[in-house]
Amino acid sequence: MSMSQVTSESKIPEQIAWNKPKRSPAKIVGTVIGYSGMLVVSVFTLLPFFWMITSSLKSNNEIYSIPIKWFPSTWHWENYIHIWTQADMSTWLLNTIFFSVVVTLLQVFTGSFAAYGFSKIRFRGRNALFLIYIATMAVPWQAYMIPQFKMLSSLGLSDTRWSIVLLQAFGAFGVFMMKQFYDSIPEELSEAARLDGLSEFGIYRRIILPLSGSSIAALAIITFTNTWNDYMGPLIYLRSQNLYTIQLGLKLFISQYSADFAMIMTGSVLSVLPILVVFLIGQNQFIEGIATSGMKG
Amino acid sequence: MGEVAEPKTSSNARNGNSHRKSGDGAVVEAKAISRRNLRNGLLFIAPNFLGFMFLILGPVIALFYIAFTRWSAFGDPKFTGTHNWVRLAHDKIFWASFWNTFYYSVVHIPLTLIIAFALAVLLNSKLKGRTFFRTVAFFPYITSIVAAAQVWSMLFDPKSGPINMFLRLFISNPPNWLGSTAWAMPAVIIVATWREVGYYMILLLAGLQTIPGELYEAAQLDGANGWQRFWHVTVPSMRPTLFFVIVTLTIGSFKILDLTLVMTDGGPGTSTLVLAQYVYRVAFDRSDFGYASTVSLVLFAVCMVVTLIQFWYNNRKAD
Repeated sequence: MSMSQVTSESKIPEQIAWNKPKRSPAKIVGTVIGYSGMLVVSVFTLLPFFWMITSSLKSNNEIYSIPIKWFPSTWHWENYIHIWTQADMSTWLLNTIFFSVVVTLLQVFTGSFAAYGFSKIRFRGRNALFLIYIATMAVPWQAYMIPQFKMLSSLGLSDTRWSIVLLQAFGAFGVFMMKQFYDSIPEELSEAARLDGLSEFGIYRRIILPLSGSSIAALAIITFTNTWNDYMGPLIYLRSQNLYTIQLGLKLFISQYSADFAMIMTGSVLSVLPILVVFLIGQNQFIEGIATSGMKG
Repeated sequence: MGEVAEPKTSSNARNGNSHRKSGDGAVVEAKAISRRNLRNGLLFIAPNFLGFMFLILGPVIALFYIAFTRWSAFGDPKFTGTHNWVRLAHDKIFWASFWNTFYYSVVHIPLTLIIAFALAVLLNSKLKGRTFFRTVAFFPYITSIVAAAQVWSMLFDPKSGPINMFLRLFISNPPNWLGSTAWAMPAVIIVATWREVGYYMILLLAGLQTIPGELYEAAQLDGANGWQRFWHVTVPSMRPTLFFVIVTLTIGSFKILDLTLVMTDGGPGTSTLVLAQYVYRVAFDRSDFGYASTVSLVLFAVCMVVTLIQFWYNNRKAD
């Protein structure tokens, strides 16, 4: 799909006072409906987050109080200190950061590299190879997770850090997304560099890579988020608790302290917060990346 | 995608026959370039392709064999012919999971599509605050399944959860949600829709923004009202995007797994047990990897049918 800017504001030409169209009643009704729709959906979307945050600052018996209390009567900020000793949060977070960073680096590196090959170098069999990539993108991981698990296990890789890194790093999505972008770079640019005697790697490094900052940022943020939030991969592959990611750890914590609602919400907030920050920083690239190529998951 | 013309090369160029003296220097040079391109192209692709081949392509191909075998936690798979498939046909839990997946998809797909489309139309307008709204609507999608499922489970608490407390204002006997076989699936669908609407909204918005404004102006000049403009300009122009979104949404619905696993674990009973979770259960609770692959292959086949319909549609459109 070719998509235009989703993120950039559409430029409205400066309205001239005497040129303003008259507002019809239907238009006013439409505007009212529009704003109320936005309001209702925002509230519905944000309420679970609001509830998660306020609950994390309440005492346990206040969470389910009748009638509902929107704000805690006393703010239990200490929940955010206690959770670090009550649960192995720091191990889980460090593991998750490790996986997310390594997977993102590998995905960006191998993905952009392969995309350059598919987009800018004409070689025999290229289209056939790319078709294989596209075809497997439609196959959900859930359909081949069993053979994949048995293969990695037979190599002794299950319950190691390798399993999660390998699992996430070589997806077809990164190749597809970067190729979409490289295809939009004019052929003449790389052709000219080739005539100037630059090697293919030189063209990739000096011409294409400097142009693809925002696409690489998009791929990096999307991959980072996916790896951070992945639950099924770690669930299947990781047994040792010292390898647990934040998602697995949070689930373990929930089962161990099933009645400690405030603490569970504290852990949930902490598991969501980092990715929320990453998203808010890079949301334009993130959304642009999704709009141009969809997202795996 | 990938419809770049291949350079025309003669069939014997493949052999790299340097011994054959060709009078035409250009041909020799073309062959050298073609060889160099092949080497460079493969080198660039190799790091990703090796991982991809080993971790994705290999397992996908292996699936077709393992689905016809018996394979426990240890040892090698043993070929059992159609045994797994006969078992599948008589497996009541498999069929329950199959129909649960179908139920989930049939409700989730239109619900998500309609809300996402409405929101995309809103975002495409000139209303103030829509950038903020876009950010907000996208939050659930980047929230992890575990945290989202946990919060919603607590919100859905039948006795003292906020949702039922709200519903009691209107009805005396609100549903038991995750504790009832009838309402667990609707609860899962609500959460899934909450989570995914923002994502599809972005895809649809991207499609809306490709519609040229002149089309609307022309329709307006012809006296079409807002509703008519929507049905006769927006919807036809959106057909390719809509189709892509529906295919993505359908495959996404068929493969749903982590949400039900965390939120309901397939229960109560088998009321929210979906196909992918049955795969997971057979494989990792019972170590029956052969039969789990058989169920996987069904999931694979269902998704392939959807993809083939997409290909067929795209080709028909191209004609």
